Amino acid sequence: MAKIELKNLSKTFGSTDVIRSVDLTINAGELMVFVGPSGCGKSTLLRLICGLEDITSGALLFDGVSMNDKVPSERGIAMVFQSYALYPHMSVYKNMAFGLKLANFSNKEMEARVIEAAKMLQIDHLLDRLPKQLSGGQRQRVAIGRAIVRDPRVFLFDEPLSNLDASLRVDTRLEIAKLHHKMKNTTMVYVTHDQVEAMTLADRICVLRDGNIEQVGTPEELYSHPKSLFVAGFIGSPKMNFLTGDIAEKHQCHTLGIRPEHLVIDHNDGIWSGEVVHTENLGADFFLFLDLGIKDPLVVRLDGQQRIPLGTQVNVRPLEEHLHRFDNNGLPITSTANSETI
Amino acid sequence: MTNKTLRNNIAFYAIVVVIVLISVFPFYYAILTSFKTGTDLFKVNYFPSSFDFRNYIDILNNGKFIRSTLNSIFIASTTVVFALFLAVTASYALARVRFRGRGLLLMTILAVSMFPQIAVLAGLFELIRFIGIYNTPWAMILSYTIFTLPFTVWVLTTFMRDLPVEIEEAAIVDGATPWVIITQIFMPLLWPALVTTGLLAFIGAWNEFLFALTFTASETMRTVPVAIAMLSGSSQYETPWGLIMAASVLVTVPLVILVLIFQRKIVSGLTAGGVKG
Repeated sequence: MAKIELKNLSKTFGSTDVIRSVDLTINAGELMVFVGPSGCGKSTLLRLICGLEDITSGALLFDGVSMNDKVPSERGIAMVFQSYALYPHMSVYKNMAFGLKLANFSNKEMEARVIEAAKMLQIDHLLDRLPKQLSGGQRQRVAIGRAIVRDPRVFLFDEPLSNLDASLRVDTRLEIAKLHHKMKNTTMVYVTHDQVEAMTLADRICVLRDGNIEQVGTPEELYSHPKSLFVAGFIGSPKMNFLTGDIAEKHQCHTLGIRPEHLVIDHNDGIWSGEVVHTENLGADFFLFLDLGIKDPLVVRLDGQQRIPLGTQVNVRPLEEHLHRFDNNGLPITSTANSETI
Repeated sequence: MTNKTLRNNIAFYAIVVVIVLISVFPFYYAILTSFKTGTDLFKVNYFPSSFDFRNYIDILNNGKFIRSTLNSIFIASTTVVFALFLAVTASYALARVRFRGRGLLLMTILAVSMFPQIAVLAGLFELIRFIGIYNTPWAMILSYTIFTLPFTVWVLTTFMRDLPVEIEEAAIVDGATPWVIITQIFMPLLWPALVTTGLLAFIGAWNEFLFALTFTASETMRTVPVAIAMLSGSSQYETPWGLIMAASVLVTVPLVILVLIFQRKIVSGLTAGGVKG
């Protein structure tokens, strides 16, 4: 159980600032997801916590104890890598036991721990195999198993699902969620660029951009109350619609945001009207792309099976309480006084 | 169409035969000569006329030759061990540790191997006298290691760069020190490269002549190539070709056996640059 504190943490590579004085507290036992576009510094931040990169300035504390100068094996961490990073020449058993062996565990204790972890991940029948004889999903389980046997205080995941195919990814995501429920005493930090993974797994999400924290909060907070245009656009799939120009000005803002699921077709009171230029049928959802005469088409989410031919003129109405208004700096305008004005 | 492929095939194999003939002929002739004695030696014929094992029996009963062979085995093996140890540790640093001047250092190492042996012979001789290892096996071990290292370091550095960084990082998280990483993670993965470079270092040390000639004085310190060159006949005007060829064939056999044993490793070592995680 460890509470992780980052205080004024910075990292530079040469003259490039990768992490710019980040302050963040990760509570003991929670699963924190770092999410952001590639190059935002999320992996670097994880590697700083792990100890694979040196901290340029600032402090990293686990339960109040500075970890700045501790090597990874002294931090009580375990890490699951994107490419599994199993030792190719060792059997599954040896892969999982390697860290324990280096920590001078007795053979008996080692075996007990490996077998317990292997049973938990249902890989106990694979212990004699070499990594090359395993499928991608099995390899990822071994990588997770190798981390579990160390009984870490802090469990780090670096994009663990991105090498798996789509269906396996969903299964493994569920496994990791279960693992989090089982290992209540372990703080987990999970890096991903996939906002769906972030939303489904996280207790709290930390959105990063250019080495800065954009927003930290629960998935619900980030979805309902994004604190910047960037977060509003990053969280949610499909993306939030952003409207600028006349439509935004009518709402006294620079950019007006509305999620596809917060638009309804209303032939009488629909304030925005456009021609259907594209449709996507996902079975449970139906997405309508309307050309409002502005740059990007407006995406509307409808339920179930629909039949709306291209070229149809459709009127839509936003749900007022779900409108997000942003000023020209991309920051949200909080007052709702003028929301009646149309 | 089929005529054309047939013609191409014939041309292809004709060229192959020519190449094989040219490259194998000197060895074939050496073997042929080693079975000849007396005046037969000076008759030119391309097919075995008689098999006479006398040369082999003579050379194997020659105590000096056996002693030289043992010298060569010791020197070549020790050179390989030293060269691989130094090269593995050096290439770990060159491939994985970020430091200033790394590229320059790599180029310098390569440059060392460009000097011809004769250019450094005098300096090396002084050095060896200074250290006090003249006329001992260590003189050869030192000089062969110096000349083998550039190649060995370059090959191993290239291989080590191709090993996935994440495997090393996983080992660091598992608590492994650089020494544990090198010996328990990298060495098993670099096995093909180690065998290849080690074998080439062994062959180089085994066949080397100039240093071995310069740095030894007494007969008991000689290596095989020098010993063969020093073989003398019954008078100073006679060169015992039969004996020389028999000895040459005998000292080549261990190399052939080594190459055959490690053949598959060499092939995978020279082609496969990386190890898949």
